[in-house]
Amino acid sequence: MVPGQIERWILIEAPMDVVWAVVTEPEHISGWFSDAAELDLRPGGAAQLRWDRYGTVHARVERVEPQRVFAFRWVVGGPGEQLTEENSTLVEFRLDAEDDSRTRLTVIESGFDKLAAPEDERLRQFEDHQQGWTKELGELGEYVTERGGP
Amino acid sequence: MSPAVAVAELDELWSAVGDPTRRRMLNVLLDRGEATATTLAGELPVTRQAVAKHLAVLDRAGLVAGQRHGREVRYVVRPQRLYVATRSMAQVAAEWDARLSSIKRIAESIAREQERQRQRQEER
Repeated sequence: MVPGQIERWILIEAPMDVVWAVVTEPEHISGWFSDAAELDLRPGGAAQLRWDRYGTVHARVERVEPQRVFAFRWVVGGPGEQLTEENSTLVEFRLDAEDDSRTRLTVIESGFDKLAAPEDERLRQFEDHQQGWTKELGELGEYVTERGGP
Repeated sequence: MSPAVAVAELDELWSAVGDPTRRRMLNVLLDRGEATATTLAGELPVTRQAVAKHLAVLDRAGLVAGQRHGREVRYVVRPQRLYVATRSMAQVAAEWDARLSSIKRIAESIAREQERQRQRQEER
């Protein structure tokens, strides 16, 4: 695996059109991702992912190939930040039909190695968003606990 | 799938934040901005001695830094390291696994409902 990216996939007992709708429609995105979502589903289209406890994360649609590929960039630094190439990673969903009623859904998030180091700017944002960090720390703890600790 | 990261370094970070007492200590430090071992011991159900031991682990992992002020040492969180810990690749992978599972659950429930409607129409 290339450093700086992660790839995961899952087999879904649903046809591609259904999986496509769940992955790309704001109504469904708020069911598996953020608490609310706005999305202009075309390349270059703006998107916002809002978490009630965290804030709004900006994103931008990069690729739309209906029922095949959906990709967007999103800010990983913190809520409210405007998206740049240095503070965002690329998320790409790929859909493949296993047969008429099953879809393999792959997600690749890349660009971690290109993120700018969290310097002064990040420090300032850190001061502003301690709540978010505390929450992430809590979730990290849950995950560590689930996997039994290192 | 193993995360493509500097494993040894991450292991240290992970075991540092893997302990619930240490995570509570980090939370207290985040809330207060800085705190001494005595302050931390006052806020948590642990002895000052245990706090000192946990601070040493957090210090080794680079998650906190101690600054001497006269006779006392005040500890602060080092955000860059916390950033690495919270955005570690293992964490990112776990987040996507959870999201993919949710997508699967939603899509399969829609597909089942569509199938039921199809069957009802055929029965008519």
